[in-house]
Amino acid sequence: MNRMTHLQRLEAESIHIFREVVATSDNPVLMYSIGKDSAVVLHLAMKAFYPGPLPFPLLHVDTTWKFQQMITFRDQRVKEIGCKLIVHVNEDGLRAGVNPFTSGSRLHTDVMKTQGLKQALDRWKFDAAFGGARRDEEKSRAKERVFSLRSAEHRWDPKNQRPEPWHLFNTRKRAGESFRVFPISNWTESDVWDYIAQENIPVVPLYFAKPRPVVERDGTLIMRDDDRMTLRPGETVEMRSVRFRTLGCYPLTGAVESDASTLSEIIDEMRGSRSSERQGRMIDHDGGASMEQKKQEGYF
Amino acid sequence: MSAALSLTAPAVREASLLRLLTCGSVDDGKSTLLGRLLFDSNAVLDDQLAALDKDSLKFGTHGENRDFALLVDGLSAEREQGITIDVAYRYFSTPKRSFIVADTPGHEQYTRNMATGASTAELAIILVDARKGILPQTRRHSFIVSMVGVRHVVLAVNKMDLVDFDKATYDGIVAAYTETVRSLGFETIVPIPLCARAGDNVAEPSVRTPWYRGPHLLEYLESVTIGEAQGQAKHFHFPVQWVNRPNLDFRGYAGTVATGTVRVGDGVTVLPNHRHSTIARIVTADGDLPSASAGQAVTLTLTDEVDVSRGDVIVHEASVMQARKALTARLLWLIDQPLRPGASFIIKLGTVEANAEVAALKHAVDIHSFQNHPADTLAMNAIGVVDLTFDKAIAATVYRRDRELGSFILIDRMTNQTVALGTIEEDAPKQANDNVRNKAVLRVVGTAGSAQRWNFLTLLGRKAIEAVVLFLVVAALAQNVWLALTVAIADLVARPVADRVAAWGWQHLFSEHAHSHAAGHAD
Repeated sequence: MNRMTHLQRLEAESIHIFREVVATSDNPVLMYSIGKDSAVVLHLAMKAFYPGPLPFPLLHVDTTWKFQQMITFRDQRVKEIGCKLIVHVNEDGLRAGVNPFTSGSRLHTDVMKTQGLKQALDRWKFDAAFGGARRDEEKSRAKERVFSLRSAEHRWDPKNQRPEPWHLFNTRKRAGESFRVFPISNWTESDVWDYIAQENIPVVPLYFAKPRPVVERDGTLIMRDDDRMTLRPGETVEMRSVRFRTLGCYPLTGAVESDASTLSEIIDEMRGSRSSERQGRMIDHDGGASMEQKKQEGYF
Repeated sequence: MSAALSLTAPAVREASLLRLLTCGSVDDGKSTLLGRLLFDSNAVLDDQLAALDKDSLKFGTHGENRDFALLVDGLSAEREQGITIDVAYRYFSTPKRSFIVADTPGHEQYTRNMATGASTAELAIILVDARKGILPQTRRHSFIVSMVGVRHVVLAVNKMDLVDFDKATYDGIVAAYTETVRSLGFETIVPIPLCARAGDNVAEPSVRTPWYRGPHLLEYLESVTIGEAQGQAKHFHFPVQWVNRPNLDFRGYAGTVATGTVRVGDGVTVLPNHRHSTIARIVTADGDLPSASAGQAVTLTLTDEVDVSRGDVIVHEASVMQARKALTARLLWLIDQPLRPGASFIIKLGTVEANAEVAALKHAVDIHSFQNHPADTLAMNAIGVVDLTFDKAIAATVYRRDRELGSFILIDRMTNQTVALGTIEEDAPKQANDNVRNKAVLRVVGTAGSAQRWNFLTLLGRKAIEAVVLFLVVAALAQNVWLALTVAIADLVARPVADRVAAWGWQHLFSEHAHSHAAGHAD
């Protein structure tokens, strides 16, 4: 028996999860958020169904505040792979003028991401949605199942989750109910980067350090990606060598100062780091269990 | 865009992975120990530490000190109540190894979450409070851990500071535990004296236990080797998960190898229909492989056009595995409503789903004495041995031979809840089929002394009286003994048959109703 490495075991487990969903659901979709975790999830999905094509489309819920480079990368990647991409924007939110600056991070995330996602799932009647969440990211995620059942109203009930012994997933659901499925639940940030290096997976260049225009606001370095970000009195745009550990809406994603411009430098920097990757995510800091609350309401 | 990616790939870690769980009674300090392990292996970062210090003041149970349990108790209800409700998975690594830890709840009402965490573990850390020694929950957890096939145990005798690091207390607990679990057949039991809160013997040797010569916990976890389980199937077993048919030229069977190794050219049998073929290719996205072993997710193609679908199992020709319509299994019952014999469910085993009936509850297992005792029902968190029958043959084997095809869950057809997890006990399919016949008879006549037997005898008596009355009436009216006898016998035989036919028709015409009635047992 050949002994499998840590990454081989994780990969096989993820492939197993992908196949289980496709075999048991009617209309699955892959939530593609363009970041490194999505890149790994997409790569694993292609491996799972090789030599066939991806048996489901990608869905990007666009808040219209993503980094421009993310959108460019997304479109190029989809073209290379030749898969189907659905882009959904919450038009109601857009019309109401919701944005991260004046509406606040919480409302913006709720309307443009959570509500937008629910709209898309309802509109295309997806009954299973893959996501790139990992259990090591955040405390309430550590408790989430691989197959996470959502009610017809997309709510999560953390106290009533189905046990998942062995590799047995109870994939039964009633009409209207759906699953959020997390194939890389058991991966860590470190595993994700090791795997990206091992498999040569393309990622958005924003992960690599480069001089970029940033504004220091409330102790966080925000990259001014377009002129929708108006400067407050006393603020100036400076060129600093920065990179991102996670990618989201640009006004809500803090950059870290770094000179790590290659994959191996990123990995070294991450291993030596004394802060977690979600530190730069502002929506996580609304109180200890805030992610749990957002997840109950339907956040991915 | 992708050109931005550096092609100087760093050395990828070849480290092995160890999956373990921590369990024990409430307040034995499981979450604290795990938090401590994370902290000592540098897996807790500055911003998380800052949040921890803030939370420790708000929820902490250690006064001014850091409450490491708050690192792992993630649900708000857990933080408020200071207990662990759900299994949490934690990840950390040292230069030698990566670890996935299932932190499982101590409360009895959350045993199902504990069992879930145990099912994929290779090693269990069972915590004991040095002041309290072996508690009922220690026995229960040890039993469940052994039931799901964990063979290596660390007995972590925690809170040694509260017994002044007394060697005699420690020795007493170790002796008591070893005696308690003797019948459970663990391959190794490694006891370690700990104080998780202060870190004694967690990631470095403690000066407060000079009498202890063994490894500290992290040292042991880094070095333990988990060999293959004794009795595990040597033959290739492959549950087909999904049929990959992208075009007319390719038809592959995707799945994860459960046991053994398969090579191109190997002769195989497809269960349950016993079709034979030969492995043509072992396909992966990284290129075809000459062979594949347990744990690998691959796609197989066969040299012949045989009918294979999800739920079928491809095995080596030499494998003894059989498809079966009945088996004996150990169940852990997971929901409030007790299990009653006769209830029917959906079984999911490997990649197959079938209708299953609990034909008999043979006995329950006493969690404290580990002895069998007769039982009419199984309550939540109870363990029992049952006979199951299926509406179709499914390929399965004994749990100790194959963890993937020897384990299953039962699902309530109405609520879709997972109501039980089970492991297959008995080996011989032939005997199992005999059991079906015996079971069929037993289902009608009932076991001696049971209510069912009494009903059967009452029914028999009533039938006899009816026949005699009919005989007398016909004989009196027709003045013909032979005619009366014929009518009475015809009634005795024909009416039950007619009733059965009518009932069968009723059930099939109104199957929705029949199902809801059957499932009603579990509700």
